Amino acid sequence: MIPQILFIIVLAAAVYLFSKNVGKIRRNILLGKDTDRSDNPALRWKTMAKIALGQTKMVKRPLAAVLHFFIYAGFIIINLEVMEILLDGVIGTHRIFSKPLGGLYNLLIGGFEILAILVLLACVVFLARRNIARLKRFSGVEMTKWPRSDANYILITEILLMTAFLTMNAADHKLQLLNFGHYIKAGSFPISSFISPLLPDSATSLEFIERFCWWFHITGILFFLNYVPYSKHFHILLAFPNTYYSNLKPKGEFTNMASVTNEVKAMLDPSFVPENIGEPGRFGAKDVTDLTWKNLMEAYTCTECGRCTSVCPANQTGKLLSPRKIMMDTRDRITEVGNNLDKHGKDYQDSKTLLDDYISREELWACTTCNACTDACPVNINPLEIIIEMRQYIVMEESQAPASLNIMFGNVENNGAPWKYSNADRLNWKG
Amino acid sequence: MEHPKSEIKVPTMAEMAAEGKQPDILFWVGCAGSFDERAQKITRDICKILNHTGISFAVLGTEESCTGDPAKRAGNEFLFQMQAMANIQVLDAYQIKKIVTGCPHCFNTLKNEYPGLGGNYEVIHHSELIQQLIDDGKLKAEGGESFKGKRITYHDPCYLGRGNNVYEAPRKALEILDADLVEMKRCKSNGLCCGAGGGQMFKEPEKGKKEINVERMSDVLEAKATVVAAACPFCMTMLSDGVKLADKEQEIQVLDIAEITVRANGL
Repeated sequence: MIPQILFIIVLAAAVYLFSKNVGKIRRNILLGKDTDRSDNPALRWKTMAKIALGQTKMVKRPLAAVLHFFIYAGFIIINLEVMEILLDGVIGTHRIFSKPLGGLYNLLIGGFEILAILVLLACVVFLARRNIARLKRFSGVEMTKWPRSDANYILITEILLMTAFLTMNAADHKLQLLNFGHYIKAGSFPISSFISPLLPDSATSLEFIERFCWWFHITGILFFLNYVPYSKHFHILLAFPNTYYSNLKPKGEFTNMASVTNEVKAMLDPSFVPENIGEPGRFGAKDVTDLTWKNLMEAYTCTECGRCTSVCPANQTGKLLSPRKIMMDTRDRITEVGNNLDKHGKDYQDSKTLLDDYISREELWACTTCNACTDACPVNINPLEIIIEMRQYIVMEESQAPASLNIMFGNVENNGAPWKYSNADRLNWKG
Repeated sequence: MEHPKSEIKVPTMAEMAAEGKQPDILFWVGCAGSFDERAQKITRDICKILNHTGISFAVLGTEESCTGDPAKRAGNEFLFQMQAMANIQVLDAYQIKKIVTGCPHCFNTLKNEYPGLGGNYEVIHHSELIQQLIDDGKLKAEGGESFKGKRITYHDPCYLGRGNNVYEAPRKALEILDADLVEMKRCKSNGLCCGAGGGQMFKEPEKGKKEINVERMSDVLEAKATVVAAACPFCMTMLSDGVKLADKEQEIQVLDIAEITVRANGL
């Protein structure tokens, strides 16, 4: 009875803490401006199924795709086993699914074991890629101590969880063969049977190992659950809504700002009555709250894989711009704004902004708007939109565009071309 | 090799309207196509293709103005929308239904960003027009220069490729040639930008290790191409500069899809 009560307390605390932190992230995301992504639900479901569930954008890098798929499939499918473990923990049973599932149960446990070893191996390779092979994609100015540690913590935790799971099965299997206590014969153990010979033969030691691993595994999962909202690993959840709310328009199409349309129409036609488009904000984005909730959701979805940065022409030629940094800065700043809100209330303003305190102008002006980053992102994150929104603030609110661009603007305004040619000469090419 | 300039027939919309005529398609020349010397030649070649295939077309001439694309990408939404609204007034006054552009940036802006501001037209890029003409059997690769033995690679402009998923049309114009076609390491959706987009054409690049067009040139050299096919006047500038910087002007030519088509047909 005591283990059950203890288990229920731990479980309830973990679930409570997790929902509280997810709620905070949701609140932070909704600090962004509104944007309508409710159109075309059929295509949205399809996009989510293809890109998040089917991981179709991962295949561009085949090795990473296969290894990631092992971990992804392992995560989803082994969760069935976690359900059994949770039920056992709450009710105080042992392998509660074994009776109702019969022969299928053996197949499932065997399958989980194979997935577990694949997850474990994939995590080892991923650790090696980051720490021994030191792939260029995992370095860069934004990959400071915390992002690097975060990635390693995730991989090490997963290795530990899988090891505990397999060792638990090995001990259980051995106890089953000894006909010990409540360890009924259930499950098949294609992987853990290799661990069994390494374990002691005494039933009490085995029972201790089995119980220890059982508790280590499930409390580890509950701990990890609560680590995820603080980590880049949150992509396992947000990848789904983030792809559902994808931009469905051609990548070349940039949003036309409705607030500007009203002003332009009023200029061209003094009798024009603007449509109500909500309270007038500033043009473009100076801070994270000027961005849309979708931009902010993307910031929390980013798992810092660096595919965007590795294909960015500016980054590849040594410029300061890194699309991954744009997303990480946006996430760090909105988290800071959210924390300020919790600590100091809603009227508090710190003296910081996303522009200048996090993202420099040099980074923003280096972008060629080529869409390589948005194409490369496996979960359809759009760093380009944030870059453009920040350029809009610099140009339209501050008039601080680089001098050469101001000359270009002047030319377009005065002669209808970005260069200083007279419009009267537009047909001179004919000869 | 080029025919005397006077041979191309290019009516303006104003002239057409005065005669009470309406062309089937408007050729949107674009600023680069109008003023940049290298791009002007491509503009004339697009007209030659239109003349050769007997398409009824016209240009706006002095009534054309920048689409606003460079202003929008550089963050000046206000200037972009001013340009767009003014252009839409002109296009609508002439009751334009279909537009072909010589530039992927004009193409993208007119096609995708004008509808939201009230300008609805069927917009195609000149590579798509060339593809349609080839598919319809109206355009072949005969009677002109042979590309036999040439090794041609195609550089995807961002606003045609990733921006609008037009990857096959320009390649079609190359496939009908008797030439050796080769893809660069970074091509199609993985294509590397020439470095001119997003307003970069009009400013100095930020501090870095090298220029983007020099980086792109490494792909061209690796592919051992003797001809780089382009489909955008800005890419044309950047790639031509890249070839110059690599000191390969004798070995590598940069030609627009339209120029290649004109040469192959001896127009």
